[in-house]
Amino acid sequence: MLGLNKRDTLLFAIVIAITLLAPIILNPFPVASDLAQFNAGYPDLMQRFVIFGIFAIGFNILFGLTGYLSFGHAAFLGVGSYAGVWMMKLLTMNVVPAIIVSVIFAGLFSLLVGFISLRRSGIYFSILTLAFAQMSFSLAYSVLTPITNGETGLQLSLNDPRILGVSQTADGSIPMTNFFGIAMRDGFELSMGGWLFTFNAGYYLCAAILLIAFYVSIRIFRSPFGVMLKAVKSNQQRMLYTGLNPRPYTLAAFVISGMYAGLAGGLMVAMDPLAGAERMQWTASGEVVLMTILGGTGTLIGPILGSGVIKYFENIFSKINDNILHDWFAFLPDGLEDFVVAIVYPFVGKGWHLTLGIVFMLVVIFLPGGIVEGGQRIAGLFKRKPPEDKNKTAAASAPSAAE
Amino acid sequence: MIKRPISRRGLIKTAGVVGAGLAAPHLFIRSANAYFNEPKGGTVTLGFNVPQSGPYADEGADELRAYELAVEHLNGGGDGGMLNTFSSKALKGNGILGKKVEFVTGDTQTKSDAARASAKSMIEKDGAIMITGGSSSGVAVAVQSLCQEAGVIFMAGLTHSNDTTGKDKKANGFRHFFNGYMSAAALAPVLKNAYGTDRKAYHLTADYTWGWTQQESIAAATEAMGWETVNNVLTPLAATDFSAYITPVLQSDADVLVLNHYGGNMVNSLTNAVQFGLRDRMVNGKNFEIIVPLYSRLMAKGAGENVKGIFGSTNWHWSLEDEGSVAFVQSFGKKYGFPPSQAAHTCYVQTLLYADAVERGGSFNPCSVVEALEGFEFDGLGNGPTLYRAEDHQCFKDVLVVKGKENPTSEFDLLEIVEVTPAAQVTYPPDHPMFAGGDLGTCNPGA
Repeated sequence: MLGLNKRDTLLFAIVIAITLLAPIILNPFPVASDLAQFNAGYPDLMQRFVIFGIFAIGFNILFGLTGYLSFGHAAFLGVGSYAGVWMMKLLTMNVVPAIIVSVIFAGLFSLLVGFISLRRSGIYFSILTLAFAQMSFSLAYSVLTPITNGETGLQLSLNDPRILGVSQTADGSIPMTNFFGIAMRDGFELSMGGWLFTFNAGYYLCAAILLIAFYVSIRIFRSPFGVMLKAVKSNQQRMLYTGLNPRPYTLAAFVISGMYAGLAGGLMVAMDPLAGAERMQWTASGEVVLMTILGGTGTLIGPILGSGVIKYFENIFSKINDNILHDWFAFLPDGLEDFVVAIVYPFVGKGWHLTLGIVFMLVVIFLPGGIVEGGQRIAGLFKRKPPEDKNKTAAASAPSAAE
Repeated sequence: MIKRPISRRGLIKTAGVVGAGLAAPHLFIRSANAYFNEPKGGTVTLGFNVPQSGPYADEGADELRAYELAVEHLNGGGDGGMLNTFSSKALKGNGILGKKVEFVTGDTQTKSDAARASAKSMIEKDGAIMITGGSSSGVAVAVQSLCQEAGVIFMAGLTHSNDTTGKDKKANGFRHFFNGYMSAAALAPVLKNAYGTDRKAYHLTADYTWGWTQQESIAAATEAMGWETVNNVLTPLAATDFSAYITPVLQSDADVLVLNHYGGNMVNSLTNAVQFGLRDRMVNGKNFEIIVPLYSRLMAKGAGENVKGIFGSTNWHWSLEDEGSVAFVQSFGKKYGFPPSQAAHTCYVQTLLYADAVERGGSFNPCSVVEALEGFEFDGLGNGPTLYRAEDHQCFKDVLVVKGKENPTSEFDLLEIVEVTPAAQVTYPPDHPMFAGGDLGTCNPGA
């Protein structure tokens, strides 16, 4: 179906089901229960899951297929964000032009960065991209303040000269971002028993775009172009000797992944029209690398899973403060309660990075293929296989960049 | 790729769908509340969004302590603190409008993006009806505009930029803290007496909205009394070592260094400046001086010995003798074992002011809160008689000019109050050029 083979169709169908039902799947606990702390089904976080999923899918097209490790992808996301906000300031509050312009600007910028950085490979390439990203960050942070509003972040104001549409609404506030009249903040809530599910218009726009982005990524993985990219990863020298120039392929992959990053940046400002310079910092570039590796480099679904895990940690674990811990362990005797809280506290709240770091280390050491490999191993436990096939499948699954 | 040319039928279909989308603008409805996040049941949730990491983490930690204390007092716990001295007697110690106050916390990381994400999750996930906190004007401006869009009230914490209630003011946002203009207006006469009218000033400025506006204010006020501004160098907020910025000061002919830095930035830049021997220098036959326009006890503590004799201004200081301050210092001290900082004070007061406004207006509806706070005059919260001006949602009250103490008697007794500048002297018209260009808009209840 849709030009996909049976396995990919199944995978795509699963992703469609998960994204469409996310508001329900992510809110498994009733609102009133103590476990509601772990619910993630509110619009802002769901949008983040999907947006960073797109970012990671794009990054994976470069890193997963060609093996070029870019440490500067956040710069493209930032460029996309700034372009998007400017579009809303100058043209219209409809998000479509903003998103399109974000992708175009990020694509152009990645063409420039890629053209220069791809003259080198390996660690030198990584350093070059890192340098470009930090340069862009510094520019956005201070030098280009008139365009980016520096540290404060670029935002909409009540007197933006909007060509299509009004500077402010009749009641004197900034108009909301919308998709042909459907405001991104709008949505409806569904209350069932103790459960509350929020269906948000912005989320579903992001989800639809994620599905398109994911589909395009499958097609790229399975296309002759994708095979060329994999050839670059496995042995660039050999490719050169056979008379193929890898540069156009890697550059194309770089620009495509830059455009994905720009798309993510555009969606971010479509959901919340503010662009801060921090989203271009090297830590943000590092984050997408972590997402991809955590989920499974070179796999189709891995980057989405990885971004989900990291965003979940960032938004849910970081909010567990010592008061909540004391609530949880209130059933213990006083001295023991304080002791348990003291042990657990460094790993939640402000210390969520620590927990994430440990999870990341465990994954890299024991599951080099990321969460996807974990899933495959679990699936393997339940599957019965003829013994003579064992070596074959092991050999096939280890170095494969495909699934 | 799929090779399928666009058919005429497909095109018409697509156009039809897009047309339907255009024709039916508000397809979705939000829940039918009178206003967004209306508290139901016996509790109401407030969101405390403070920096728990980054250069302002010390201030953030103290703000959180103050918030917890305020919630305790609002719910009738502890000794009631400033509830007893507050001129408005609407609060009874039974929560707000009879609902028990609960709170959620978040980390702004002193970054606009992160602060907005954290505020959004408090509003969307936890149903916070009011967001407060922050220790950076960049963050305050960003979160304030978010609250305006979402339809909740924002009670600014420590934010000193002119823009917060100037060019970036919002109807749903309120600021109790003073601002750069007020610091400059209060400091200038004191500096004139201490250092004379013939000085050359060199500014180091934190590179964001607060730094820019404070530098502008200080430069304007000091130039008006005859000083010359030699140079203004912008430094990144994330900087931790300022040696590279101090060296050029030595080569200039400036005889005053103005540090438009706050929190960890100020501690580091002042320490660097003292290490480079700036305070022992003689330039143009005058002793070299350093000024820190915005001071706090936490910074004085961080910088230690180096603050002795250095002038600055502050919103509030724990050594004030009025009834409100004494009551606050006492209950804060009892709970935590040390006196509160100005950041803690402003956050505590903001929480009380919000609760009081809800109580007086009789509703959590943001528009009712805005109406109750606009033009509200009150006393007994540590700053003397204070006005929440309706035109820009800025509080007008006395400003303290302070100096690093030469002989501190304890580890908290680091600043001495040189002068209490009356509110009239720091008041400016709402359309003052340094504050122009913004518009409050109208209150947004979010529904």
